[in-house]
Amino acid sequence: MTLSEKWAELRRRNEAGLVAYLMAGHPTLEKSFENMRTLAENGADFIEIGLPFSDPIADGPVIQEASNIGLANGADLDTVLAAARSMNGRVPLILMSYLNPLHRRGVNRVCRELKAAGFEGLIIPDLPADEAGQWSAACRKAGPDLIFLAAPTSPPDRLAKIAAASSGFVYCVSLTGTTGSRSAVAAGAEAFLRRMRGRTDKPLAVGFGVSTPEHVKRFSRLADGVIVGSRIVRAAAEGEDIAALVRSLKNATRHGARPKIRVRRGGPR
Amino acid sequence: MKLSQPDRRGYFGNYGGRYVPETVLPALDELDRAYRAMRKDRAFRRELGGLLRDTVGRPTPLTRVLRFPDGKGKTAIPRSAKTRRRGRTETRMYLKREDLCHTGAHKINNTIGQVLLARRMGKRRVIAETGAGQHGVATATACALFGLKCTVYMGSEDVRRQAMNVYRMQLLGAEVVPVESGTRTLKDAINEAMRDWVTRIRDTYYCIGSVVGPHPYPLMVRDFQSVIGLEVKQQILKEEGRLPDLLVACVGGGSNAMGLFHPFLDTDVPMVGVEAGGRGRQPGRHGATLCHGQPGVLHGALSYLLQDAKGQVLATHSVSAGLDYPGVGPEHAFLKDSGRIRYTSVPDEAALEAFHRLSEMEGILPALESSHALAYALRVCGKSPGSVLVVNLSGRGDKDLDIAGGRL
Ligand SMILES: Cc1ncc(COP(=O)(O)O)c(C=O)c1O
Repeated sequence: MTLSEKWAELRRRNEAGLVAYLMAGHPTLEKSFENMRTLAENGADFIEIGLPFSDPIADGPVIQEASNIGLANGADLDTVLAAARSMNGRVPLILMSYLNPLHRRGVNRVCRELKAAGFEGLIIPDLPADEAGQWSAACRKAGPDLIFLAAPTSPPDRLAKIAAASSGFVYCVSLTGTTGSRSAVAAGAEAFLRRMRGRTDKPLAVGFGVSTPEHVKRFSRLADGVIVGSRIVRAAAEGEDIAALVRSLKNATRHGARPKIRVRRGGPR
Repeated sequence: MKLSQPDRRGYFGNYGGRYVPETVLPALDELDRAYRAMRKDRAFRRELGGLLRDTVGRPTPLTRVLRFPDGKGKTAIPRSAKTRRRGRTETRMYLKREDLCHTGAHKINNTIGQVLLARRMGKRRVIAETGAGQHGVATATACALFGLKCTVYMGSEDVRRQAMNVYRMQLLGAEVVPVESGTRTLKDAINEAMRDWVTRIRDTYYCIGSVVGPHPYPLMVRDFQSVIGLEVKQQILKEEGRLPDLLVACVGGGSNAMGLFHPFLDTDVPMVGVEAGGRGRQPGRHGATLCHGQPGVLHGALSYLLQDAKGQVLATHSVSAGLDYPGVGPEHAFLKDSGRIRYTSVPDEAALEAFHRLSEMEGILPALESSHALAYALRVCGKSPGSVLVVNLSGRGDKDLDIAGGRL
């Protein structure tokens, strides 16, 4: 199932989509791939798999630590591709990787391999739309959807550019900062989502700092999807009941899911 | 071949760019605009020039050294007589004395410029990373001068081996944050500084300490450091009546080297960048990025990178904290590929020998970083009699006494 097919299904069901993140190889190789299945079976609409990297500059302490553990456990592109193949397309998979491991593999090769293994989306947090020419071309030709991040600091012309370049959805970063659980939703996050809404028809998913069913509920009214990362990674680290966690997060997407804010679609205001 | 780079998008040939999270990009645009405006602004250039003269102490001397290349420990005879007698046959070695800059290294040429810019941009808070501590001290100094708040990230391994500089930064009113992640050295300090920057992007200025990072940093830092090469050009013409036969500088991120080399790029003067050979060629035992790395993306730029086959960044080793870094500035990557500059490496041991030799024979304690350039100069001097060689003595060695004395 492609990302856009999934969004269409969610729209029919009148729900926001839950993007559940986990780090490959964390807490162990086997456990991370078992968790992937658990997430899929308990309500995750999309699964975002993090590829560990030595220098995760966009990540806070929880994902940094998971990344170190994943690396130490030998998780790499090959293990992640194999795990993706084993999912047989049950839920759409998205790879989140810093640029260098992908660059090292080669842009055309890695895009083909990801698609062949069943990845429907690709997020590269240190690849802004301005630098993505080659990657966009390779993804369009034979790869997964290339998803760009939009930030609260992005001015209107950049938001438009990001929306145009993004395929699958636009990843809206809810705050200025690194990944990690926050107790409250960042001030300005909702205004930022409204600004973005006014500029694109593409689905919007909100991430960074989204960690409780409360947050999920709130953002489900404003966006098409929510991305929960550090909260799930922490649960994996501490051996919490992941199935129960993801069920509670998914439930929160069903409440009042229809975005109430339907700003005029299309061009900049 | 066009050597005046980068292009508007920050590329030196294929290298450079802005590979950073989206949150940071608007801040880079703002910085780029502010810097370009500043470059054209006479008043700003005058203010910077005044500070370089009165606060940094520029121009720094170009010192001819006689006993160091010789190594025989002879009593120095009066310079003029000696020069006359042997001038034509021996290598004529000069040191560019960046160790005599205020705070003891070339780093302050850059921080004065950037902190001036930060103040112009209305930023109240400045952050920096540091390896050897020299850039941290220089940033803290500039911030003290202008009354800005300063936070410096430093790997905990470097906090340990450059303890004196930590104390200096604290005396200058800066907050020093030890970084415990990764390899606990310069690379991880930059990671943490970038994480701080994305978090407080609106009120914070990130003062990068070398010609690394996303555009416009490699351009801006190179411009601020070019004062080194511009002075050398004038000084050597005055001393020798001609351009030198070789320029030598150590390369960590590459700022003291770019500063010396850049004004000579449009001449045919040969140049050598000297990287940290560490304890050997094996991965993890050196910091010789241009010698042993492959193209990759770290800290916002595409450049050479020490990485494994899977694209994970490798640990590095050098006796000098300032060269203990797996990346390098993108302009160096371009100049390596173009063949304009040659890059080589010198092991820990040779750098330590050069440290002691300069101390004993010339009464100058060099930084261990600079000692790599000195060691290379020793290797080649004498090979071409009569040639004129300029070595960038990028900093002084006070911070390294415990390491050089074997106490760390
Ligand atoms: C004295 C000195 N020289 C050289 C360096 C290396 O940096 P760069 O290659 O940017 O000149 C440092 C860095 O800390 C330093 O302190």
